[in-house]
Amino acid sequence: MILHELIDYPTLRIIWWALIGVLLIGFAMTDGFDLGVGVLSPFVARTDMERRIALNAIGPVWEGNQVWLILGGGAIFAAWPPLYAVSFSGFYLAMFLVLAALILRPVGMKYRSKRPEAAWRARWDAALFVAGFVPSLIFGVAVGNALVGAPFYFTTEMVPRYAGSFLGLLGPFPLLCGVLAVSMVVMHGGAWLTLKTDGPIAERSRRYGSMAALAVMVLFALGGLVVWLLLDGYRITSPIVTDGPSNPLLKSVVREPGAWMTNYRTYPWMLIAPAAGFIGAAGAWLGMRARSEVGTLLLSKLSIFGVISTVGVSMFPFLLPSSHAPDASLTVWDSSSSHLTLFIMLVSTAIFLPIILAYTSWVYRVLWGKVTEEEIRRTTDSAY
Amino acid sequence: MELDVVSLSRFQFAMTALYHFLFVPLTLGLSMLLAIMETVYVTTGRAIWRQMTQFWGVLFGINFVLGVATGLTMEFQFGMNWSYYSHYVGDIFGAPLAVEGLMAFFLEATFVGLFFFGWDKLSKLGHLAATWAVAIGSNFSALWILIANGWMQNPVGAAFNPQTMRMEMVDFFEVVFNPVAQAKFVHTVSAGYVAASFFVLGVSAWYMLKGRHIALAKRSMTVAASFGLAASLSVVVLGDESGYLATEHQKMKLAAIESMWETEPAPAAFTAFGFPDQAARETHFAIHIPWLTGLVSTRSLNTEVPGIRDLVDLAKLRIRQGIVAYDALQGIRAAGGSGEPIPAAAQENFEANGRQLGYAYLLRRYVDDPRQATDAQIDQAAWDTVPQVAPLFWTFRIMVGLGVFFIVMMVTFFYLASRRRLDRYRWLLWVAVFSIPLPWVAIESGWFVAEFGRQPWIIEGVLPTAAAVSHLGIWDVLFTICGFVVIYTTLAIIEVKLMLKAIRKGPAFDNAHPKPNASLPSPGMHGAKPVPAE
Repeated sequence: MILHELIDYPTLRIIWWALIGVLLIGFAMTDGFDLGVGVLSPFVARTDMERRIALNAIGPVWEGNQVWLILGGGAIFAAWPPLYAVSFSGFYLAMFLVLAALILRPVGMKYRSKRPEAAWRARWDAALFVAGFVPSLIFGVAVGNALVGAPFYFTTEMVPRYAGSFLGLLGPFPLLCGVLAVSMVVMHGGAWLTLKTDGPIAERSRRYGSMAALAVMVLFALGGLVVWLLLDGYRITSPIVTDGPSNPLLKSVVREPGAWMTNYRTYPWMLIAPAAGFIGAAGAWLGMRARSEVGTLLLSKLSIFGVISTVGVSMFPFLLPSSHAPDASLTVWDSSSSHLTLFIMLVSTAIFLPIILAYTSWVYRVLWGKVTEEEIRRTTDSAY
Repeated sequence: MELDVVSLSRFQFAMTALYHFLFVPLTLGLSMLLAIMETVYVTTGRAIWRQMTQFWGVLFGINFVLGVATGLTMEFQFGMNWSYYSHYVGDIFGAPLAVEGLMAFFLEATFVGLFFFGWDKLSKLGHLAATWAVAIGSNFSALWILIANGWMQNPVGAAFNPQTMRMEMVDFFEVVFNPVAQAKFVHTVSAGYVAASFFVLGVSAWYMLKGRHIALAKRSMTVAASFGLAASLSVVVLGDESGYLATEHQKMKLAAIESMWETEPAPAAFTAFGFPDQAARETHFAIHIPWLTGLVSTRSLNTEVPGIRDLVDLAKLRIRQGIVAYDALQGIRAAGGSGEPIPAAAQENFEANGRQLGYAYLLRRYVDDPRQATDAQIDQAAWDTVPQVAPLFWTFRIMVGLGVFFIVMMVTFFYLASRRRLDRYRWLLWVAVFSIPLPWVAIESGWFVAEFGRQPWIIEGVLPTAAAVSHLGIWDVLFTICGFVVIYTTLAIIEVKLMLKAIRKGPAFDNAHPKPNASLPSPGMHGAKPVPAE
């Protein structure tokens, strides 16, 4: 097989770094509003029928949306195996909590309205809140820990080891990131509900959504200040080999204050990312006040794109720095799959991602329009 | 079982995987049956077929969500509990999982929403396309997962890279067209079709016995019997293919299934019954059927099927080669670390013996540095390559026996359906009702044989299971096991209750009582003719 040499190894690594970003942003842009609706429901949907309308606003799409996460996980496994191995085992209990919450969600969606009893429905409503809140919080906390660095190392035979604990993940900065993530999905869920519903649910969603958009701006700014002034970043000090073998133990790394800001000095265009985070959130806030439904949703997506990209470009080329043994940090240049695997995966993605985008847009078009009480009563067997 | 992280992690994986596979077969098979029923509806325009699609669709939905939810656990768990495995083979194993998401799961999950919500938003053909997308998506999903699993059984198209200390892909097409994976795929999806056919057959039989929804039940039974007959034959044919391939690639698994301690003169006999004794290394009270194993597994009269003792001798040889490979690897790495050229002898030794490197890791149970192993330890490690024979021997026989029973059942019902005598024999209908769980027993036994039979390897001949685990505390794993037990048990109870409730309630269209939330009875399901009262 020589075909894969068509694209050189460093380029493939950068493409896959960007593609993981695309998948995670895709997850946050689509499933983000599903999670947000889970968190928002108790506040914006007060009667049983309102609850059902809120759930059915995401009913036909959340399952497809969730695949962005599954695909993101699979792609990290395939393209960045050491990252997958280190993060999933290192954050073991946190991952279990995410998993437990994500298991509750499909079941809660499907089963909630299958029985008429109020207690049954109330229990599933609580479960759906947890299923929206916990994963959003933990994903944010995980990203915060990536910026701080995680306490892992490798043995000489490249066995990943972890020197931290679950409680160690809950530092103040990661928690700030967690709350930011929750605000982001609430903003997005609010934008979605104003688009898909009418009357009191839409009204309340607009109110909570615009509060969340403000929170996104404040917390994002606060997080930026912490990263700039207080948090140590990481820097590779040995000569950078971009086409070397994927062995994270061949370089040296230091921790130093402000290191997460260097990319913006070297490549000022990268400031687009944080700018998009702010402009999007500010726009979503204005959009909610101006009652522009589609505009709000798009701006909320822009904000999500900006916030997540900011993390990516600030850390580049780091994927997951190690606070315990900085030299073992995982970077784009030494934690990828082989040249051949990256190429094959790129070919499959180039074929299937456009197809996925095409049929997903078609499905969204078919389902366009507001969810109404009448519709739910009519299709009560299949509706959530 | 010792209470260590390896055993606990294995227990958790086995538990969550077996649980996941309670839902997958029904998703695989029922999605196909739904697509078939709806195709009949679209081609004939007869409303009852649409009602059948919708009714079985409700049951499909209850099952589907749990398949999806528990599937997440599987994806997370490789990283959570088997991080060295993930690092060691992610380069190969991760790719089919990612392609599964791209090609199959996205399709399935996106269109399942339209299946439920699209009845009045789409044209007839549009909705049919959505249903087929779900069926095709879920079946392709199985294909890629089984390519990944097939690679664990027969790791082709990959080589160890000393620079990265992991296995790396050298030929993607070898991985995809791995004969073990392809046989497994057809065997597994066919088993799913059998399970769904028995489910539809059994539930319909119950309606017939109760005198309810006869029109729906008869048609459903006819579809299930035809589809189930084809599927149950396919399961056995491809099961046979898997056995044949095991002879080629997993000789130890086959010998353990057969409880065959010694190599027998060809063609080897099949042990229909007996009590395998691991300690004495023999099988008590064995009843043999001459020639059968030899014929089935080698498809010849004169090829020997190696017995356990001979395979252990082979393992000893491979362990010694593995030690040479391990030693060479240390030389290569030492040179790499200090920047000196790699010694030619080390390079040569590694090229000659590198394939058996995994065998050296089997010694880790007894000694840190495999090169220090004594002859006795090598002996012990070689005997470790023998899985527990008795459980394999029995689960395999349960699976095969049930497989034969499935064919008999499906032939019977197919005959009755074609003669329009499905309601003739009430006792047969009761047999169909009580047979519903049996395909699940067979399927779970099959997975047990496949995975337990591969032990002590997580990847056959490449990486021992014990080396693959994450660096976790016993309490971490115990905590998550308890968590899974609580969540999964609760969900199982709820699922079964909802399933039974939906079955008791029956199809919505001839329900005498309007639903509590419905302001109107469905207005003729949008133009569909109401079904005549039964």
